[in-house]
Amino acid sequence: MSRILIIAEHDGTALNISTAKCVTCAQAMGGDIDIAVFGDAIDSVAAEAAALDSVNKVIAVSAGHLAAPLAVNWAAEAVALASDYSHLLGPSTTFGRDLMPRIAALCGVNQVSDIMEVDGTNAFRRPVYAGNAIVLVEPGSATKVVATVRIASWKAAGGSGSASVENAGASSSPAAHTRYVGLTSEGGERPDLQSANKVVSGGRALGSEENFELIYGLADKLGAGVGASRAAVDAGYCANDMQVGQTGKIISPDLYMAFGISGAIQHVTGIKDAGTIVAVNKDSEAPIFEIADIGLVGDLFNVIPELENLLG
Amino acid sequence: MKILVGIKRVVDYNVRVRVLPDGSGVDTDGVKMSVNPFDEIALEEALRIKEAGKADEVIVVSAGGDECQQQLRTGLAMGADRAIQVQTSEALQPLSVARVFLKIIEREDPGLVILGKQAIDDDNSQTAQMLAALWDRPQATFASNMDIDGASATVIREVDAGLETIEIDLPAVVSVDLRMNEPRFVKLPDIMKAKRKPLEVISVEDLGVAIDGQISVSQFTPPPQRDKGIMVEDAAQLVQELKNRGLL
Repeated sequence: MSRILIIAEHDGTALNISTAKCVTCAQAMGGDIDIAVFGDAIDSVAAEAAALDSVNKVIAVSAGHLAAPLAVNWAAEAVALASDYSHLLGPSTTFGRDLMPRIAALCGVNQVSDIMEVDGTNAFRRPVYAGNAIVLVEPGSATKVVATVRIASWKAAGGSGSASVENAGASSSPAAHTRYVGLTSEGGERPDLQSANKVVSGGRALGSEENFELIYGLADKLGAGVGASRAAVDAGYCANDMQVGQTGKIISPDLYMAFGISGAIQHVTGIKDAGTIVAVNKDSEAPIFEIADIGLVGDLFNVIPELENLLG
Repeated sequence: MKILVGIKRVVDYNVRVRVLPDGSGVDTDGVKMSVNPFDEIALEEALRIKEAGKADEVIVVSAGGDECQQQLRTGLAMGADRAIQVQTSEALQPLSVARVFLKIIEREDPGLVILGKQAIDDDNSQTAQMLAALWDRPQATFASNMDIDGASATVIREVDAGLETIEIDLPAVVSVDLRMNEPRFVKLPDIMKAKRKPLEVISVEDLGVAIDGQISVSQFTPPPQRDKGIMVEDAAQLVQELKNRGLL
């Protein structure tokens, strides 16, 4: 039977929802599910992980040098635990994509990236070519499986479990060659893009950082997270952490509203799993309309104020 | 200091990829092939470091059949000093590519290896991290800025929560994100000059890398299509439609 270890993603105080989504993927694989929480003073995070449904055990490894999620230090801890497990999972967020391949290489295996579906024992489906093709990947039954879970494809596991928490000290010493300096975030009070039920997104047509305020205004009215196309981020209208698409975030909100986004394939791949896609664009030929559930040909500079009025 | 840059030959960014009817792969027949866009950014960064006087030589490396020489020549035309093709007929997966790069590192002793953060064909995003692990050196993935100061570098990384800054000692592996730089255009005289630059060919066997543990990849299928949507005339209709669907 599979023994699955999920490496938890957290910010030091709270568990990231990506971990609960990994648990759902692990449930689809079948087997015993444990969660490893690395960090420093992480009792509350470990307790959150222990509450996730169908988790067997949480292993909390606490040490000063694990406070920041440096892949080099966290990979060493994961590898120290790896021999007890057939599968090691992490989310396909920047956190997991940084960490899991380092673990895979230390285990001497290739990694399965972005699992969107479990299709039998050690058989998984994943997107390639910016989601233009789906493939079946089979690492073979004899090898340890190290994988990332495409979080837009999975719902979060429930939180009514009661797993035991096992506390442990670090088994590795800090890597002197890599030093964490800090994180700057522009997120503010808005819902997190990757877990928001609604997302309002702006593209190049916004034209400036000042005009992008329109997007924030509508998002706040809807209680939505804010996204952007690569073009808008490249042009400096908004922060990089808002980018949605092949090289940004892959998201699956119930409602995605795209304003002034043409709909390049690289952007569309980031929103394909959204429940309802709304597109507003001046250009009736924009490719975004091909995938929109509700399209409106119009000038966003008129449409957004009208929407705000109608929403009261 | 030498800088190694990885170059992967991929289906061009602008090509609309089609799955073959038999599900064996995607149609690459007559399709434009290019340098992976992230690798171009990696090379541009290496060239700028050299131009700033912080590196002496930029070497581009690719693993693949002879067709990837085309992309290596593009790298030479951009300004790389020499190229190495690690010849193989197999489509190497990231762990094998990392093992190949480790062998090249042992031969060349670079101070820095710069790779793209992912290839736009398999979208794996693994090779830099794996190489750093096998080499037992720092990794700085998804970098949007890098400042080299002697034997260390300060790197800004694009992460989901914002921008993370780390310091790494060299040698190290850096994988670059889109906003690192804007790669230069290649001019015709540079293409002519590139033809005379050295391009070494080594077989993967001669390099002593065993290709094993590759993950089976099969059953290519097109992604599920979304149902055809509707068009509304104005904001009021849009709000009504969203209310009908219980989204407002």
